[in-house]
Amino acid sequence: MARTFTYSALIFLSALFIAPFLWTLITAVKSDAELVAYPPVFWPETWHWENFAIAWTKHPFNIFLQNSVIIVILSTIGQLFSSSLVAYGFARFRFPGRDAIFILLLATMMIPWDVKMIPLYMEFNYLGWINTLKPLIVPAWFGEAFFVFLLRQYIMTIPMEIDEAARMDGANAWQIYWRIHLPLMVPALVLVGTFHFMNAWNDYLGPLIYLNDQSKYTLTLGLALLKGLHNEADINSIAAITIILCGPPLALFFFAQRYIMDNALGSSVKG
Amino acid sequence: MADAVTARRPSRRRRGAGITPWLFISPWILGFVCFTLGPLIFSLTMSFYDWPVVGERTFVGADNYRTMLTEDPQFWHSLGVTVKFAAIFVPLNIAVSFLLAVLLNTKVRGTAFFRTAFYLPSVISGVALVTIWSWIYSQRYGLLNYLLGQSGTEGVNWLGDPGWAVVAIVVASLWGLGGTMLILLAGLQSIPKELYEAARMSGVPPWAQAIHITLPMLSPMLLFTFITSIISAFQQLTIALLLTEGGPLGSTYFFAMYIYETAFRFHDMGYAAAMSWVMFVIILALSLLVMRSSSAWVHYEGEMKGKGGTDG
Repeated sequence: MARTFTYSALIFLSALFIAPFLWTLITAVKSDAELVAYPPVFWPETWHWENFAIAWTKHPFNIFLQNSVIIVILSTIGQLFSSSLVAYGFARFRFPGRDAIFILLLATMMIPWDVKMIPLYMEFNYLGWINTLKPLIVPAWFGEAFFVFLLRQYIMTIPMEIDEAARMDGANAWQIYWRIHLPLMVPALVLVGTFHFMNAWNDYLGPLIYLNDQSKYTLTLGLALLKGLHNEADINSIAAITIILCGPPLALFFFAQRYIMDNALGSSVKG
Repeated sequence: MADAVTARRPSRRRRGAGITPWLFISPWILGFVCFTLGPLIFSLTMSFYDWPVVGERTFVGADNYRTMLTEDPQFWHSLGVTVKFAAIFVPLNIAVSFLLAVLLNTKVRGTAFFRTAFYLPSVISGVALVTIWSWIYSQRYGLLNYLLGQSGTEGVNWLGDPGWAVVAIVVASLWGLGGTMLILLAGLQSIPKELYEAARMSGVPPWAQAIHITLPMLSPMLLFTFITSIISAFQQLTIALLLTEGGPLGSTYFFAMYIYETAFRFHDMGYAAAMSWVMFVIILALSLLVMRSSSAWVHYEGEMKGKGGTDG
C-alpha cells in the first residue's frame, strides 16, 4: 500500500519536473500552424528538425556560441587551477592567521552579488574591460570560496604520509601539489569543473552588464535577444535555441552525475 | 648526537613554510582584495555620493539613505514585493524539497532515476528556464490554461494578472529546487538507521518517529537551507527581468530589479550602491536572526558522530 503510494507520488512529481523540457522540445519541432493551434498539439504531425537550423540563422549564433565557449573554457581552466592551488595551501600548511583567513574566505560566500555588481562594473570600466570577455574570465583565475572549501575538504581526506614520502624523495611543495595532489583530486576537480562550467555557461546577468555589442554576446544573451523580439511565429525558434542552450549542461550533468550525487550524499567515489 | 642536524632542519623547514603557504593562497588573497574587499569599500563610499556614470560626483552624506527611507515609494514597494516573494517561496522551497527527499529516501527501486529527474531543472540557465515557463503560462496557447480548461476551470492570465504573476514566478523558481532537495536528502541518509530500529522496537508510531527523530536530526540541514533560500529569494532577478519585466503594474518589481535599473538604466550609481548595502544588511540581519533562533530548534548530535553514526 505505502509502496504504491510512494511510486505514484514519485512518478507524478517527476513528470512535473520533466514535462516542461519535453514540451519545449515538442514546441521546437512544430510547424508554424501547429504552434498556434488550439487545443495545443501534443504530437507534431512531422517533426521539423530543420527549425533548429532556421533558428540558428536568425541571429549570429555562431559568434554567440564562440564567445560562450571561449568564456567557459578559459574560466574553467582558471577556476580549477587557482582553487586547487589555494585549497592545497589551506589544507597542507600551518601558518599564522590561517584559520582566520579561512573563515574570512567562507564568509565571502554570504555577500550578495548585488553589492559587488555596481563597483565591479566601475572597476572593469576603469580598466577598459567593458565590452570585452575579460570580466567573465579573469576573476575565475583567483579562486572561488565554495570551490576552495570543497577541494580543501577533499585534500584533508588524503593521508599526510603521502606528502611525507614525497618530501623524503626530495619533492618540493609545488611538485607535491602538481604531481601528487592534483591527480588525486580528479574526482573533486570534476565536480568543481562541472559546477563552474554550468555557472559560466548559464550566466545571464554578468554578460548582460558587461557586454554591449552583439559581436561580444554569449548564447544566453542571444536567446534573450530572440525572445525579446519574438512574435507568435518565432516561438519554435526560441524553443530550439532553448534546447540547444540546455544541451551542454544536461550532457555534462549526466557525465558528472556520479560525482555530484556521491559528493552530496557522502559515499566514496575513489575507486 | 645529531642534535645540530635535527635542530636545524625543523627551523629551516619552518622558515621555508613561512613564505610557501602564502604563495599557494596568494591567488585568493589577490582576488579577494581586487574583486571583493576593494569593491565593497568602493561601493560603501559610493553610497554617500551623488554618483552619475558621466559627470560630476558630489558628496551628499547620508542623503541617499534618507531619501530611500522617507521619500521613495518605489523603494518600499519593491522591498515589499521581495518580502512577499520570500515569504511564499522560502517555506515552499523547503517543504517541497523535504517532501521529495523523504520520497527518495524510501526503499523503492528506481530512486536514482527520480533523483535525476528532480535535479535536472537546476542545471539549466535562468534564461532557458524563463523561456520554457513563458509558454506554459501563456494565456492563449499555454499548457497550463489548457489543462485547467480540460478540468473545467477558467484559465488565468498568469503573467498579466498582478495577483498571479508573483505566484507564477514562485512556481518557476521552485522548479529549480534540486540543490536544496539534495542537501536534505543527504541529511536524511545520514540519520543512523538504529534510531528508527530502536523506536520501532519500543512501539513508537511512524508519525512520532518523524517528529522525534527525523525533524531534530535534520534540523541543522533545515537551518542551512532556510538561510540559503532567504539569500536566493532576496537576490531574485533573472526570472523577474525576463518573465514579467517587473510587471504587471509593478507586481513583480523586485528589490534586486530596482537596484539593477537604478544603476544601469537610470545611471544613478550612488543611490543604487546605497540600496545594495541595504539589501546586504537585511540579508545579514535575517541570517543572524535565523541562526540566533536556531538554538531553540536546531539539534546538534555532538556525540553520536564520533561514536557510530558514520557508517551510513
